[in-house]
Amino acid sequence: MVHIVLGGQLKQYTGGQNQLEIDASTIHQLFVRLEKRFPELGPHIEGGLAVAIDGQIYQDSWFEPISDENEIHILPQIAGG
Amino acid sequence: MDQKLEHVGKRPIRPDGVDKVTGRAKFGADFNLPGQLHGRILRSPHPHARLVSIDTSEAEKLSGVKAVVTRDDFNDQEMKLVPAGELMVNYHDLVRNIMAREKVLYQGHAVAAVAATRASIARRALKLIKVEYEILPHVLDVEEAMSEDAPLLHDWMHTVGVEPRPEKPSNIAKRVEFGHGDVDKGFAEADVVIERTFNTQPVHQGYIEPHACVASMSEDGQSEVWCTTQGHFQVRGFCADLLGLDQSSIRVTASEIGGGFGGKTAVYLEPVALALSRKSNRPVKLVMSRSEVFLASGPAPGAKVQVKIGATRDGKITAGQAVLKYQAGGFQGSPVQPGAMCAFAPYDLENVQAIGFDVVTNRPKTAAYRAPGAPISEFAVESVIDELAKKLDIDPLDFRLKNAAREGSKSSYGPKFGPIGLVQTLEKAKAHDHYQASLGKDQGRGVASGFWFNAGGDTCVNLTVNGDGTATVVVGTPDIGGSRASMAMMAAEELNLPLDKVKAVIGDTAALGFNFVTGGSRATFASGMATVNAAKAAKAEMCRRAAKIWDIPEEAVEWEDGSVKPAGENAGEFEPMSLKEIAALAPKTGGPIVGMSQINAQGAAPSFGTHIVDLEVDRETGRVTILRYTVLQDAGRAIHPAYVEGQFQGGAAQGIGWALNEEYIYNEDGLLENPNFLDYRIPVASDLPMIDTVIIEEPNPRHPYGVRGVGETPIVPPMAAIANALENALGIRFTDLPMSPPKVLAALDA
Repeated sequence: MVHIVLGGQLKQYTGGQNQLEIDASTIHQLFVRLEKRFPELGPHIEGGLAVAIDGQIYQDSWFEPISDENEIHILPQIAGG
Repeated sequence: MDQKLEHVGKRPIRPDGVDKVTGRAKFGADFNLPGQLHGRILRSPHPHARLVSIDTSEAEKLSGVKAVVTRDDFNDQEMKLVPAGELMVNYHDLVRNIMAREKVLYQGHAVAAVAATRASIARRALKLIKVEYEILPHVLDVEEAMSEDAPLLHDWMHTVGVEPRPEKPSNIAKRVEFGHGDVDKGFAEADVVIERTFNTQPVHQGYIEPHACVASMSEDGQSEVWCTTQGHFQVRGFCADLLGLDQSSIRVTASEIGGGFGGKTAVYLEPVALALSRKSNRPVKLVMSRSEVFLASGPAPGAKVQVKIGATRDGKITAGQAVLKYQAGGFQGSPVQPGAMCAFAPYDLENVQAIGFDVVTNRPKTAAYRAPGAPISEFAVESVIDELAKKLDIDPLDFRLKNAAREGSKSSYGPKFGPIGLVQTLEKAKAHDHYQASLGKDQGRGVASGFWFNAGGDTCVNLTVNGDGTATVVVGTPDIGGSRASMAMMAAEELNLPLDKVKAVIGDTAALGFNFVTGGSRATFASGMATVNAAKAAKAEMCRRAAKIWDIPEEAVEWEDGSVKPAGENAGEFEPMSLKEIAALAPKTGGPIVGMSQINAQGAAPSFGTHIVDLEVDRETGRVTILRYTVLQDAGRAIHPAYVEGQFQGGAAQGIGWALNEEYIYNEDGLLENPNFLDYRIPVASDLPMIDTVIIEEPNPRHPYGVRGVGETPIVPPMAAIANALENALGIRFTDLPMSPPKVLAALDA
């Protein structure tokens, strides 16, 4: 099980939980299972979320491996001017 | 980064320099086509009104008018979020921003457009369009817009991010929150707590080249668009979606760009020009005037920010809290989210909270501007940090060093930081002779730090090894800050070619796979990564060709110092072949040699900076003169240090304008009174000293040359650094931007 922390307002769509345990080995699996468990997260996942794995931020990188040894944060996507 | 480098880190002459100084370079408005029509846009004279009717019949009858478009020429769009620059764009709002639908939401909002054989005819036609407006009360101030009785811009808007979801619509589009720990506990542990409220004004990116494009759609629906933009693939996507076209039917070419700074990640003219061309089957040119740029293209938002920070007597911050209220303009989507994420990013805090509100007002829709959202929130935080340091009698750089984020620190927005260079910027600032120099009467010194994430994203590069042994690199990120030079340098480095044998060009949307915008300080990072990959692919192909020629296995050939050679004694005895020799044999050995790279670049690393400023106040006029300015920033690796320094200097110059002079001034009727460079005063060369720079290189381990990205961060610290210097000079804490002469005089007289 991967321990994840939801940033920003995302806990609004998970019944107030901002820390979760999810069985996933890639970012894609994580998103699929998150959406299945919390359907209201679906539009936000589709709109684009970033995933920080041990501090490194990944954007739209579905197949990045994750494990229970990683610190995972889910964040809004970031770009710039 | 210990490899020996021939090109990276050097300062060659810019390859686009000759064209730019001789006038050959074609910017957006320089492009013309035979039979081209002149387009003009009718804009709202009201800040808020319902569009009762639009009658274009008289304009259409005018001789020389070939097309008129209104809201009826654009399909309505569903609420759909797509990434655009640093902001997610909502198509429902985008179609309404390029052409008003039910309402006009700000002065200058587009209502109709005309294409005619002459500009004078187009202008006359605009006067013949009859628009019936039902004028509505307007709201400009962010806190007034948040109040219960404020004029409502969108009756369908319910605040997102609040539980339970509000039943009543409001102008607050979104509430965001970031942080960790317990701020109440942190404040209880503090010996000193300072709380301040700050006001900032909208400021424009101030790019010298206005928005401009030529669009041409033929009778068979095939389209070409030439425009000034930071993201021509995004222009293509928006045009296709808003006009119901296939992306494959639209080819967009990015012109040279006369500044963007985030403002040209937005799309205003291109779908309108294409709609006009579709109606007329003639090319249509649209160019904004300077006043249109101010009235109708997005500035950075104005905001109200409350910041509270507590610290112990020995200078340890115990808690930081910020409430940010950003003006989004007529449509949701201010950069309050990154503003909230960045507010406390330079600090390693146990207890931190940043809450943000995205609020619509009757102003032009905000657009990205360097480090969107961060300059506002970090201005407020860095001002309070300075005040705390003074109250605790600790040197402001030492106070920052004591609390600085380092590798492994938990960022205020959640994840831990990897290797970062903030501490180096602070230590080098402290050791810099600028920080030790003496000050005179009415002079003051201030420092401030700043942060931006930086970004990667979709990127595609093709590198062709030409038959004569030269190379052409086709890149899809428009060159705003010298990226063609950097790409050529990285390709030359990989291929061991002289730099003048490598040319980098920007490909159109039909030449390459999708490229995300040039924004987020991503071009040198992401396109650079793809360029290196493409060069490696070309080298691998050249090794394969040599293996065929020598009739040995591919793995028995290696690349060394610009040549292919047998990998060892067992591979056989063959004379190494140079790139030029392999390239010359390409037709006989398998055809053109091309290396390609298509990536979603990951591994962007943040950049921190610290600025030092000395200024002098004229007590008679309130004018503030910048005497000396030093930027110290972590670049990861400076591919072309002169360009990096240029980014540092440009960001600082724009930040100085934001701090001292720039603001949108509206009258009580909600109309902008200064939509021109005479009354909206950006700094010019004579206003500024030479801005000194110190490049710190803490390499990004995820980039082949260690690049972080440098364009965003340097606009973050100037406002606070200048406010802190003014406090140092006068003993007065300024919390409202700009700190213009009337405000300085008023403060001196108070």
